[in-house]
Amino acid sequence: MFAFDIVLPAVLNGLATGAVYALVALGLTLIYGVLHIVNFAHGSLLMLALYGVYFLYTLLGVDPYLALPIMVPAMFALGYALQRTLIATASHGREDNILLVTLGLSIVIDNLALYLWSADTRTINPSYAYDTVDLGVAILALPKLVSSLGALLATLLLWLLIRRTDLGKAIRALARERRGAELVGIDVAHVFAMSFGIGIACVGAAACLLLPSYYAHPGVGESFVIIAFTIVVLGGMGSFPGALLGGFIIGVTESLGGLFLGENLGRIGVFALFIAILLFRPAGLFGARA
Amino acid sequence: MALPLLALAALAALPLLLRSDFWLHFAIMTLYVALLGQSWNLLGGYGGQRSFGHAAFFGTGAYAAAVLQLDLGVNPWACLALAGLAGAAAGALVGALSFRYGLRGSYFALVTLAFAEVFRILADSVPFTGAGVGLQIPLRQSAANFQFPDKAGFYAVILALTALATALAWWVEHSRFGAALVALRENEEAARALGIDVNRTKLRAIALSGGLAGLAGSFYVQYYLYIDPRLAYGVEVSVAALLVPLIGGAGTVFGPLVGALVLRALNEASSRLTGDAPGLNLVLYGALLIAILAFLPDGLVSLGARLRQALRRRAPGHA
Repeated sequence: MFAFDIVLPAVLNGLATGAVYALVALGLTLIYGVLHIVNFAHGSLLMLALYGVYFLYTLLGVDPYLALPIMVPAMFALGYALQRTLIATASHGREDNILLVTLGLSIVIDNLALYLWSADTRTINPSYAYDTVDLGVAILALPKLVSSLGALLATLLLWLLIRRTDLGKAIRALARERRGAELVGIDVAHVFAMSFGIGIACVGAAACLLLPSYYAHPGVGESFVIIAFTIVVLGGMGSFPGALLGGFIIGVTESLGGLFLGENLGRIGVFALFIAILLFRPAGLFGARA
Repeated sequence: MALPLLALAALAALPLLLRSDFWLHFAIMTLYVALLGQSWNLLGGYGGQRSFGHAAFFGTGAYAAAVLQLDLGVNPWACLALAGLAGAAAGALVGALSFRYGLRGSYFALVTLAFAEVFRILADSVPFTGAGVGLQIPLRQSAANFQFPDKAGFYAVILALTALATALAWWVEHSRFGAALVALRENEEAARALGIDVNRTKLRAIALSGGLAGLAGSFYVQYYLYIDPRLAYGVEVSVAALLVPLIGGAGTVFGPLVGALVLRALNEASSRLTGDAPGLNLVLYGALLIAILAFLPDGLVSLGARLRQALRRRAPGHA
């Protein structure tokens, strides 16, 4: 029905997109794994970061990839502050209230963006936007290749941070046993906020990598949050390798769904997968059953 | 029993006092949002199953009403009843799947959201819903056709529907079914140990809730004579449905009414101040949601009790 030479580029494109999806989802899964917060505002914060990169480029002429050292700390600070001020206090620590608080946050961010920046789709055109790379079996857009490699590198750095540093050790301790972590002198509120900040920093990095081949629009968050949740649930809530593999699976699903079902109906693929996973394998591919 | 009936009679006489269409429209929209909120309240307030995708039921009711009268020529009043059934069926479908597989809390919220999105994309893609263009109901004004020449007729209908929903909430609060629902909200394992059929109780609640949302959808179609995928299945509907009872007081009979009144008043005030700037209303909704959760997690109806408590603490001698 479809020739191999059409399907293969679609799969490769899906894998490239999937790497960036995975980075976004890693932030989400870290926040869930440590804080047990289902951060509904994750997509909205990505949208905010995309606008940040966009304005850095258009107003100050900062290249999106060079914006990384600006956006990553900025988003980290935003995440840290959000957790310490708003999320921790407004939810009174109740799990189902947290979801509502982050829902409220996402509504505020999305619609503030709509009000401030209107519903125009904004793209940037750096000189390399239309460069391509011939991989032998298929041709891939250069920004896509760079973004997927960058996302993989960021994932590696994140893994090292969690595995090899004292902060990472504290985060892992807190994820496993809160009371015990408290007893050995870990500052719980601080480490919680650090985890949230790191999760949002992932989003900042993803925005820098995405924008050359993507766009900024107030509705981006809404579509991304479901994609990120699907990946996290697919891989198992809180699982790192799961989020990475889940990212690739969703990237390819979306790409092939678009190819076989068309742009509009193709978007159903991700949602259908999400519902199916929640129903039949809620623990995901890697997670232990809660 | 006398007081609610008296209040209902007073509300029924309201169109005689409200001479302007503006205020009548305001009253209609308040009652309509209250109906939507009461629908969420039955499932999310009493049952603790907080849905993020009530639009799935609302939109299905709306499309059922529109498609049935446009394609099959069904009388719009019959469509109202059928839309209720369609909403209940959509609720039962989502409920049967998610409760059977034990989805709770955040997982249940997310799966309902995903269902609403799937329905939206389907409505955007299949031909009989008119896809992205939407469906327009031709103007044929007559009471028999559920298209009233003046707003008073619509007011009477939505008042009756919302009164029905409120009576339903009152019944839930006083029935065995409601007691079971509250028990499983508080502790599902304990409820099961007491012999409550947890899944069946949840399923009945979500079907009831979906039915009310379907009625609201049908009313919306008749009032505006238009529906499209975004209006039917958009996030705005789901957010309004959960915001109204949370502001007023979830799991209370009159919470959704209070919440609807506050929300509509704020909505009106903000669009006056900002001149209908896009998005600003929803910014207010989101901020309100956070503020309510932070400062008044039991909703506005708990304010009276809180004040009394505070006063009593001030004056310990006069207990």
